Amino acid sequence: MIMLQYLALAAILFAIGVFGVLTRRNAVGILMSLELMFNAANINFVTFNKFIAPGGLTGQIFAAFVIVIAAAEAVVGLAIVLLLYRNWKGINVDRINIMKW
Amino acid sequence: MSEYLAVLVFLGVGIGMVLFTFFLARLIRPAHPYKAKNQSYESAEKPIGDAWVQFNNRFYIFALMFVVFDVEAVFLFPWAVAFGQLGLYALIEMVIFIAVLLFGLLYAWKKGVLKWV
Amino acid sequence: MQTDTVQLVFYLFSFLIIISAIYVVTLKNIFHSAIFLVLTLFGVAGIYILLHAEFLAAVQVLIYVGAVSVLMIFAIMLTTRLASREIKQSNEQVMAGIFICAGFLLASLGSFANTVWRVVDKPLPENNTLTLGQLLMNEYVLPFEVVSIVLLAALIGAIVLARKEGA
Repeated sequence: MIMLQYLALAAILFAIGVFGVLTRRNAVGILMSLELMFNAANINFVTFNKFIAPGGLTGQIFAAFVIVIAAAEAVVGLAIVLLLYRNWKGINVDRINIMKW
Repeated sequence: MSEYLAVLVFLGVGIGMVLFTFFLARLIRPAHPYKAKNQSYESAEKPIGDAWVQFNNRFYIFALMFVVFDVEAVFLFPWAVAFGQLGLYALIEMVIFIAVLLFGLLYAWKKGVLKWV
Repeated sequence: MQTDTVQLVFYLFSFLIIISAIYVVTLKNIFHSAIFLVLTLFGVAGIYILLHAEFLAAVQVLIYVGAVSVLMIFAIMLTTRLASREIKQSNEQVMAGIFICAGFLLASLGSFANTVWRVVDKPLPENNTLTLGQLLMNEYVLPFEVVSIVLLAALIGAIVLARKEGA
């Protein structure tokens, strides 16, 4: 079926994003992988909107809100990364363990 | 959907043109690579350090303001298209939306982050 | 456009998305990762066009390709010293990461195949942007206003975080 190929694409993109979040040491790299996962979710929203509920545009509205929230997340996340860099002189997350104890 | 064929063709022609130019330049230019050519500038001055210098933190604040107001602009498009059928109510909603974001701009202004020192 | 052409374009964009997404998570130079992230996001915009979500494709290009990636590249330039030198960018969880991703992928693909989808064969509303604007102003007006508050909070929070103290 034609819908499944879009879902499969989204699943692959999401899996790649999960891999990036798990393996990146650089905090900016982790944020970039997060953006990949957001995009996978958005592809799913738009796909379901087109194939399951084509009467309205609820899925597309949701995807638009997700994009906006992702932008806000990137703004704040990168500001936190800058702050970490200023205080630690590095942004590798395996070195930043102040919250551990 | 078929009108996007033109976009695709345009994309292909654009990429092809750049690749073709690079290929042509490679064909006719002389190639004598040596180390000094890779320096930041080739004049007598010896460059100190790396070309990857640290940027000023202030650039980030401007990029951040740009992102936030870019998002605002994106919401203006569907509002403007649908405005003819919606009338006053939609106008009030959008004024509230912009006023809230304007508050953020005022905050940034008041904190002095917009000034380039 | 014929179904075959749509199919071909879909495979083209999927190839672009998957290859550049793999580059995003594996390249040693984080700056090159950001460039490939731009390519991935662009491919997703193409997928939106194939799904008749023209306005979302424009939003994707404007916000993601135009703004968020610029922010990412700025952050990389501000925080990564000697980005050209190849330092180790991945931790020792690579094998575990591959296993988790493969497991997730198999589970989701299997559940896709085993679900009975109730596909409705109806065209989407004709004018994409107009319908979205009407929805945004009537049904979804509360989320719309909340978005402005979220953006305000993000703006103020990021300024407080990124500003040097005393400056």
